[in-house]
Amino acid sequence: MDKLLEINDLKVYYRNVTGISKAVDGVSFFVYPGEVFGVAGESGSGKSTLISGITRLIRSSVYIPGGSVNFSYKEDGKYKSVDLLALSEEELRDIRWKHISYIPQGSMNSLNPVMKIGDQMVDTIIEHSQKNKEEAMSLLPDILNAVNLPSSVLNMYPHELSGGMKQRVIIAMSLALQPELIIADEPTTALDVVSQLSVLYTLWVVSKDINASLLLVTHDMAVHAQMADRIAVMYAGKIVEVGKTSEIFKNPLHPYTRGLLSSIPSIDYDKKKRLEGISGIAPSSTNWPTGCRFHPRCPQVKEECKIKEPPITRYNDERYVACFLYGGAE
Amino acid sequence: MTQLLEAIDISKIFVHRRGKTTRALEKMNLSFSEEKPDIISIVGESGSGKTTFARIILGLLPPTTGRILFRGKDITSLTHQEWAEYRRQIQAVFQDPYGIYNPFYRVDRVLENTVRKFKLASSREEAKRLIAESLEAIGLRPNEILGRYPHQLSGGERQRIMLARLYLLRPRLIVADEPISMIDVALRVLFLNILLDFKQKYGMSCLFITHDLSSSYYLGEKVVILYRGKIMEKGETEEILKEPYHPYTKLLMKALLPPDPEKKVLLSEEIKYSYEEVGDQMGVGCPFFSRCSERMDICKEKTPELKALNENHEVSCFLYER
Repeated sequence: MDKLLEINDLKVYYRNVTGISKAVDGVSFFVYPGEVFGVAGESGSGKSTLISGITRLIRSSVYIPGGSVNFSYKEDGKYKSVDLLALSEEELRDIRWKHISYIPQGSMNSLNPVMKIGDQMVDTIIEHSQKNKEEAMSLLPDILNAVNLPSSVLNMYPHELSGGMKQRVIIAMSLALQPELIIADEPTTALDVVSQLSVLYTLWVVSKDINASLLLVTHDMAVHAQMADRIAVMYAGKIVEVGKTSEIFKNPLHPYTRGLLSSIPSIDYDKKKRLEGISGIAPSSTNWPTGCRFHPRCPQVKEECKIKEPPITRYNDERYVACFLYGGAE
Repeated sequence: MTQLLEAIDISKIFVHRRGKTTRALEKMNLSFSEEKPDIISIVGESGSGKTTFARIILGLLPPTTGRILFRGKDITSLTHQEWAEYRRQIQAVFQDPYGIYNPFYRVDRVLENTVRKFKLASSREEAKRLIAESLEAIGLRPNEILGRYPHQLSGGERQRIMLARLYLLRPRLIVADEPISMIDVALRVLFLNILLDFKQKYGMSCLFITHDLSSSYYLGEKVVILYRGKIMEKGETEEILKEPYHPYTKLLMKALLPPDPEKKVLLSEEIKYSYEEVGDQMGVGCPFFSRCSERMDICKEKTPELKALNENHEVSCFLYER
């Protein structure tokens, strides 16, 4: 078992008044056990939709026309491998939270305002495991300790905590049942810089503690630089580049990745310069551009980019890129 | 040197029900000169009072004490005409690029209204030409933007149309309240570049409100570090970020994640959770006391005043008082 999660050609579409929105349109990648895998991209690139496809937490207007999501986990001492997309809703419920926990965007606001933190945590544990109330209660001090919260928060209501503390409560809940995979969607976006640091730190330490993989979705490249072992860069419903974080930052291949990385202002006294960003208009998911979806904004566009779509191909060992600049036509 | 706009000792106290009060701002001083355009960033976390200050500057909220002077005159005693001029010269860009448009009208209307209200054009053709020019000036193609409805544009485009509006008006001061926090990374830089160009080409000053130190560094010039309504440190951006004095500024710098996998700060440094604790604190003492790593006894009893270290650098901390 060398891959924990393997996604093949996953498509997640929305039906809406203007037609079909192909938010995720053929995405493939895999996650190793114990690694932090980052998904980067701007708003509208399909990051969050990708997650909803993997967890199958989708509304009725969303459907999955194709692909597979293979997940390997350990149940009663045996390794099992399943296609999450083929499971029934009941079977999926057994996997959720116990094997895959999910920290949605803005999740600190998902705490029930009229319930004490402790009761909410106990409820979650009981719902997703065979444990009874006493067993669930006995878990709490340890997991709170793991996220560095005092046990007094158990008797508090959500409004008594700061945003960062609420987010850490959610992280505590997500690790309670020691899942193999933690999915976090923009876990720090609404937080202050200082709280952001402690939340990221907590997430990192906790996932290492229970040896879980972390699928980290965020638009913030600095967070990826700090956290992720490998990252996938998404643009317009597709992955344009996958690789080790250090290599992508050192030598971004895809023109979009290059643009993205050169649009981040950083405090660097030696080389303060004017950044360029990526001009042009973000494409719409109901009507992606033909050929390479980045071609209307690409500074290195060639004729074939406008007609043919570059497939994602291997560049070297761990590096994949979807761009004709690097062959890709094979 | 005459001042375009001056904020003098601005304080704001919000009174809640049952007499509870929140001190949102305390003795805030800031000024923009008439002759020399400036970009001043206000950096602070949520709840630091930065939006309250923007609203007071814009005349949307009266301060509890203190005065706002527009060309030397208190804005509460402006004549009708002077008020109109103030309204024209001080323009706002808000955080939410989604909430500012009326979804029933095409985006053109925002620009058309601007031209009409401020009588910028004498004919329809001229108005059209002006609008097209303004969009081109900010790097958008008029034929791709005009005639569209707000929902057909991305947040970044909508926010930049607000800049096209400013291009039409050429105000002396732009008050931008977290203008880039809701737009994409790749578009943020474009937005900041336009602000820099506006200053250089047309002499527009900017009050840039943000929680992000790196964008204030990118814009440069001056920075004000705000914490719980009080100025902690103030001065030349470059100098302050290179050598922060106040423990709060130091903390902010430490919490800044470098976008570089070679510089891991997340795990190499000890992260103190206590930094994050928030408790209600009112009245005496330094507002940063409970989170400060270098606190002393005096900090609990007295509130430090903002003192100048040199002409470009002011700090309010007892560590630097002798």
